Amino acid sequence: MNDTTAQARFSFTALANPTRYLSYSGKILPWLGGLSALLLIVGLYMAFTAPEDYQQGITVRIMYVHVPAAWLAMMGYMVMAVSALGTLIWRHPLADVSIKAAAPIGAAFTFLALATGSLWGKPMWGTWWVWDARLTSMFVLFLMYLGVIALQRAMDDPVKAARPVAILVLIGTVNIPIIKFSVDWWNTLHQPAAVFRMDGPTIDPSLLWPLLIMAVGFTALFFFLHMVAMRTEIWRRRIASMRRASAREQRSTARPVLAE
Amino acid sequence: MTALILRDIRLGLRAGGGMLIGILFFLAVIAVVPFGVGPDLNLLGRIGPAILWIGALLASLLGLDRLFQADREDGSLDILILQGHEHPLALTVFAKCVAHWLTTGLPLVIVSPALGLLMNMQPAAILATSATLLAGTPAITFIGATGAALAVALPRGGLLVSVMVLPFVIPVLIFGVMAAYGAVENPAPFTQPFLLMCALTLFFSVLGPFAAGAALKASSD
Amino acid sequence: MKLVVTDLAADRGSGPIFEAITFALQDGEGLLVTGPNGAGKSTLIRAIAGLLRPSAGTAEIEGATEDWPDVPSASHYLGPINAMKPALTVFENLSFWQTFCGRPALGVDEALERIGLEHTRDLPFSYLSTGQRRRVSIAKLLISHRPVWLLDEPTSGLDAASELHFAELVREHMETGGIVAAATHLPIRVEGMKELKFGGVAA
Repeated sequence: MNDTTAQARFSFTALANPTRYLSYSGKILPWLGGLSALLLIVGLYMAFTAPEDYQQGITVRIMYVHVPAAWLAMMGYMVMAVSALGTLIWRHPLADVSIKAAAPIGAAFTFLALATGSLWGKPMWGTWWVWDARLTSMFVLFLMYLGVIALQRAMDDPVKAARPVAILVLIGTVNIPIIKFSVDWWNTLHQPAAVFRMDGPTIDPSLLWPLLIMAVGFTALFFFLHMVAMRTEIWRRRIASMRRASAREQRSTARPVLAE
Repeated sequence: MTALILRDIRLGLRAGGGMLIGILFFLAVIAVVPFGVGPDLNLLGRIGPAILWIGALLASLLGLDRLFQADREDGSLDILILQGHEHPLALTVFAKCVAHWLTTGLPLVIVSPALGLLMNMQPAAILATSATLLAGTPAITFIGATGAALAVALPRGGLLVSVMVLPFVIPVLIFGVMAAYGAVENPAPFTQPFLLMCALTLFFSVLGPFAAGAALKASSD
Repeated sequence: MKLVVTDLAADRGSGPIFEAITFALQDGEGLLVTGPNGAGKSTLIRAIAGLLRPSAGTAEIEGATEDWPDVPSASHYLGPINAMKPALTVFENLSFWQTFCGRPALGVDEALERIGLEHTRDLPFSYLSTGQRRRVSIAKLLISHRPVWLLDEPTSGLDAASELHFAELVREHMETGGIVAAATHLPIRVEGMKELKFGGVAA
């Protein structure tokens, strides 16, 4: 999670100004996109050449998509939570743009994690879905992403929507530790964490390496998409204010014509 | 008429995202059930069709009060009523109902199979439930139109609409759930309750718009 | 064609709002309904349009044809609210009303040109100022043909220039044989309009 906060703080201070953000992000964007494509290609190749599990057979390869997607689903929410602090404390306009850009991407990764988990669960557990703590809390995370999107869409004015949305995001942060530790706190069907634990990973290096490369590739993909979405949102707001201005401006030139 | 349907669909998609909220409410209702009854998969699979139906019913009641209220607030309703010579009011109401169902009811039907998986339902039960929802939810919209028209002048009509409409949609719920169970449980029939529900939908698609039209005309006083 | 109002009265629970209103308007004639707030001007317009059931009397079209059998079918009602959707563009709003009301007269673009708002064609209605919104609503009168215009405070929110321009549109409508009945507390400067003065409301 360290890179998340670093990234967010970076955008708060150095890129405080939307125009400067547009010019910097325009330079970084191709590199980030290339990096994520490269990592994902290498990661997928390694994932398909890694040894199969003696119990699960080929279905274990779902893990290389499922696990990074689940990590990214949580990280996406943390990006939104940090941005929400930026909105509430510093009232920074870019922070609000960042929440708006992150929400659909995070929702997509959550959906990916749920869907791949479901595909994996059918052969392993014999059912598409169980209501255990890990799956339920992930499902709740998905609902929260959709709730944030719904609240944003319900308000016409993005500036007015910023603070309520930020508050909603912060309240939802409670769910993140619940998801993370649900497998330890409750006895669940879902297996416990195998990579991030105090006593080191319990996963064989031949499986761990492709998994890590996929995870970094997914992270790069997330920030690539996030940056593209933020740029789109900034442009969208500029266009909206220009269109508002265009309704006013020409009115004053039209007046004398009417008055004659 | 097509113009009215297209306009309402465009509004439904563009403004506010009422569609998303409906789906979200449906998801939330389904997600709450396992907490209430416990995560026993066999039990969930058995009550699944009923839960999906109740969830869809509540979600479609949710947005009903806006059916005419938005038009009344911006003055469009007066103009719609006055065009009775060009377009009979009942037909106008019918068109608004069709657009409303396409933007709020149909999405619920489309997501219902995914929720069926969450409830651990058998494929046949999922298929039957979605089919009954597809044929049954329009009835909720048509009955609801009458309630929405009666409450259109009230500032807080939302809950009132649900309370007024609920007794009338109970038959639809009964036959819908009965048909969904009929598809999976052997002695119970599927076809009769399904056809009865379709008949109800057709019946209300005529009665609802006429009653709503009369109520709207009275409300403009 | 003749718009005939006989003995019209309206009631709103607590007592009569107005009683025994009788007048007739020929082709090309106009009527201004003036009076203080609360005198019942809007109610009269709504009663004529058929949106409100009068407690007595009638409003009819004399010499009704198949095309215009009754007052509602022959009328444009311009209410105090604009009847436009903020989320749709100006063009989408107007072309919807044109299709829905039928009997197209001016094209939407021509009508926008007449009110001097052609540059707002593709902007959402919510981006417009109060006066601009009212002018778009006035454009609605031009895009579908109706012989009778029933107007309720048509010039509210308009600046002086647009008001003059609107008076021009009303005069044109009357010159081409249209009938106008307008409730307003700001007189529209059109010559040859009859006036119906409402006194203060009885307490």
